[in-house]
Amino acid sequence: MAINTEKNVYTVLFAVVMVIIVGSVLAFLASALSGKIKENERFEKQQNILYAMGVHENEGEGSVNFIPTDRVEDEFSKFITQQLVINGGGISEDNEAFLIDLKKEMAAAKNGAKPRLPVFIGEKEGKKFYILPMYGKGLWDAIWGFISLNEDMVVQGVYFDHKAETPGLGANIKMRYFMDDFIGESILDGERYAGIAVAKGNNDPVNQIKDDNEVDALAGATITGNGVSAMIRESVNLYRNYLETIRKQ
Amino acid sequence: MALLSKKDANLIIDPLADNNPITIQVLGICSALAITAELKASLVMALSVIFVLGVGNVVISLIRNIIPSKIRIIVQLIVVATLVIVVDQVLKAFAYELSKTLAVFVGLIITNCIIMGRFEAFALGNGPWKSFLDGIGNALGYGVILIIVGFFRELLGSGTLFGIKVLGDPIAKTGVYAFGYENNGFMIIPPAALIVVGIIIWVQRSRNRALIEEN
Repeated sequence: MAINTEKNVYTVLFAVVMVIIVGSVLAFLASALSGKIKENERFEKQQNILYAMGVHENEGEGSVNFIPTDRVEDEFSKFITQQLVINGGGISEDNEAFLIDLKKEMAAAKNGAKPRLPVFIGEKEGKKFYILPMYGKGLWDAIWGFISLNEDMVVQGVYFDHKAETPGLGANIKMRYFMDDFIGESILDGERYAGIAVAKGNNDPVNQIKDDNEVDALAGATITGNGVSAMIRESVNLYRNYLETIRKQ
Repeated sequence: MALLSKKDANLIIDPLADNNPITIQVLGICSALAITAELKASLVMALSVIFVLGVGNVVISLIRNIIPSKIRIIVQLIVVATLVIVVDQVLKAFAYELSKTLAVFVGLIITNCIIMGRFEAFALGNGPWKSFLDGIGNALGYGVILIIVGFFRELLGSGTLFGIKVLGDPIAKTGVYAFGYENNGFMIIPPAALIVVGIIIWVQRSRNRALIEEN
């Protein structure tokens, strides 16, 4: 049985059949796995939020250790006492606030619509944590994270993640030695919401100066670092009005 | 009884040394430069390429007689892209942490010239078993170089291996850092990979003079 594979009709038919087969395989796979994937994403967000307020299993110096996925939902409801959504001037409670996609909300804000901004209020050992999500751009693709603040706008913890920063360079923003530097820095410079800049040559490589609004940059990852600076500044400024009310309390 | 005939065994052994896709054929250089700053990333990339090239070669080989030659490159591309997406989705569901490490590589695997090169040069003309061996062999040859480069770059650039501080702590000045040793920041930027690959090519050719071209 010889098929003439040179004929145009055959070529078109082959292409059609192939697309149908590949399409259905991928569609089947996507729908079969989507439940599991969504669940993983939920857990991850909860882990990240808890990490930013210092609920994690880190030991000494070294790697990032989250609350394991089998316990994360319980821990999340234990430590996160309130989930708020800021919508224009109004603030409402919403227990699914952690599922809000900040990327979409920021895009809406640019188009003039009012964004829905989530805030998570955590309590640990009698202290209150105000945890804000962040979203920005790195060198190759999106970067995002969470920052937790106290009433005086001092950072209690951060978590950064990225979609496609270069391994070994920009990807190191999710390493502990980078993220831990932010703890204790203030996002305020006088009355201005300056955020925290990732700075090269700030003469403070071990990060002992906590009132300079700067942390030491990662070598070889200038653009990712600038992205982190911009992300913190822009995200914090979105929440400006809300943060003012916390400070006045 | 040998597990593989001599000819079959050569399909795996050849690309590891004398016909290495990176050092001899100079294919797949782009990903070798991009991701070898860390050993872990090199390993993940090597494993992904082993899977994609092994399975992809078999698939292409099975359908080699019915692929219309006019659109064969597109067909090959679709096979690679489908395999990569399948791997990505399965990992996302069952090994979420690993899938996040892999996310960076998805694009790099699809455009890896070694994969298209083996489809085109081998799988289209050979049976599935031979193609499978050829795929695994070439992917291993690629992986070995990636891991060697990753090893040196991470060790010299960051003083770590798989993220573990093997040379001591550069900030607390312990280990070799106590004697004034400094990490070489140059090693973590991509041009360093080019130099390491160059050194590997040099060593390989000086050991086996048959590899040196006339001109």
